[in-house]
Amino acid sequence: MSNAPAIVAAQEPIVSTPVAILELVRGHRRITAAFALVALLFLVAILSPVISPHDPLAVRPDDSYLPPLSPGHALGTDELGRDLLSRVLWGARVSLPVAFVAVAVGLFAGGLIGLVSGYAGGIADLLLMRLVDALLAFPGLILAIAIVAALGPGLRNAMIAIGIVAVPVYARLVRAVVLQLKQMEFIAAARALGASPMRVVVRHLIPNLLNPIIVQVSLSAGFAILAEATLSFLGLGAQLPTPDWGQMINSGASFLANDPWLAIVPGAAISITVFSFNLLGDSLRDALDPRLRS
Amino acid sequence: MTAYLLRRLLLMLPVAFLVTVGVFMLIRLSPGDPALIVLGEDRSPQAIAQIHQELGLDKPLYAQYLIWLDHIVRGDWGRSITTHQPVAIAITERLPATLELGIIALLWSLLVAIPLGTIAAVRRGSLADQVATGITVAGVSIPNFFIGIVLIFVLSVSLRLFPFGGYVPFFQDPLESLRHVALPAIALGTAGAAINMRFTRSSMIEVLNQDYIRTARAKGASWRRVVFGHALKNALIPVVTIVGLQIGGIIEGAVVTETVFTWPGVGRLAVESIFNRDYTVVQGIVLLAAFSYMIANLLVDLAYAWLDPRISYA
Repeated sequence: MSNAPAIVAAQEPIVSTPVAILELVRGHRRITAAFALVALLFLVAILSPVISPHDPLAVRPDDSYLPPLSPGHALGTDELGRDLLSRVLWGARVSLPVAFVAVAVGLFAGGLIGLVSGYAGGIADLLLMRLVDALLAFPGLILAIAIVAALGPGLRNAMIAIGIVAVPVYARLVRAVVLQLKQMEFIAAARALGASPMRVVVRHLIPNLLNPIIVQVSLSAGFAILAEATLSFLGLGAQLPTPDWGQMINSGASFLANDPWLAIVPGAAISITVFSFNLLGDSLRDALDPRLRS
Repeated sequence: MTAYLLRRLLLMLPVAFLVTVGVFMLIRLSPGDPALIVLGEDRSPQAIAQIHQELGLDKPLYAQYLIWLDHIVRGDWGRSITTHQPVAIAITERLPATLELGIIALLWSLLVAIPLGTIAAVRRGSLADQVATGITVAGVSIPNFFIGIVLIFVLSVSLRLFPFGGYVPFFQDPLESLRHVALPAIALGTAGAAINMRFTRSSMIEVLNQDYIRTARAKGASWRRVVFGHALKNALIPVVTIVGLQIGGIIEGAVVTETVFTWPGVGRLAVESIFNRDYTVVQGIVLLAAFSYMIANLLVDLAYAWLDPRISYA
């Protein structure tokens, strides 16, 4: 499971205003396709209460193990007769918010560490970066599992754990960009004009951090969805009867011999979702990286 | 090189200190009395008092940490709550199965990644390249537990080509061992294969654009000789970095794969221990995983400097 930082803008001088993401979406076919896929996933998550044909928690023992394309159940039903399509659609409502809260935790904490570390330098930089190195010394999933083991299983703790795993990635990324920006003339000019450190950070540094952060958020969202599904598959994330994709694969795996779709349908949902975010992150990185643009 | 090694080791010290603090805090972060967590079911007042004394729970936190660290350094990693087995022995017993799975998975990933990455680079922009790039993104997007389940369904349950579950030590029966390890290794190695393929491709493209490749071609060397004789050797240097990190992360990958395939390794032990609230075992495994990752990082940096003489760490 990769959660590697995408330091795309740190290699070259950074433009003074961030490239408009919408322009990129319009200009690149691969980004357009990836953006459309991600937008569709969000739409599904928002509209799942409206578009789900059944209640995802409604148990109907008489309808159990119906295969896909059964009347009234396009993707079939599970061992308790719950409609699989409805559960998969509601699953997006669990996975996407979990991923985004986790990414927000990582972005906020890691971004703050990176800003302070890069801007202040000196002893603050030295201490904060050792803390980041220590977090990076743990393999991502092992760290997430250790945190969930300490805090107890559940979606909320899974979110915190995945967020903490993302902290060093954002800290390193933001620090690298800030260190580079600090050397640039417009920052020196702002300082010379008497801008306070807070003003320099808010008005000049943060806008220039947006591009690499947007790329990293797309990649981290893919990682977070995968990590959440993994924790739920292991029984450490979402708990029964929450319609969570990882948890659905876990219960579906017991019926693999006769009813493989119970595991395959949620597995496909996770794969498509993670693929969409990775594709978006990859395409944005390619488009925004000055070395690859030529 | 020696100066660089010493500097790297020196830099590792504060990180190692923070890692041990983090692992130590694992039990302290858990709600409730650490003595009750360590004891599990056996909660007699005498036992609680004994654990309080052993762990120094009546002392300040830093003193508790020093006592714990002293035990760890001397090889006393505590005892499992459920089996009462020493943690170090419980982990050592499971380690060969995890290493076998990890090594075979790594070999599988390289077997797929190097040829496909090379073809994608040599035929850049072709259909083969696009397919390879698609496989790369898909490979890192599909959860390895899902790949495992599909492999079990297709190759084990439906076609009955491979056995499901069961571990045969390699030195006991190599052929049977490989039959048992094949599916978990493919499931575990697929994401690694995708990442390695991406690295091989981009590194190969960079090398193929170098002057000495053009010179070799101009001197009449065949394309095959240029690619395999000159370019590949240099293109694989960056791949070493990522492969080294994958070796360090074997335990991480094994957690899920071993659970899917009921593989009796350290990863499955970690998951079982979490459910049994066997925190001393979880603590031991997390510590081992972090230190193997750190050591792998160090070795990768050293290997990188050794393989590419242009790299200077002065």
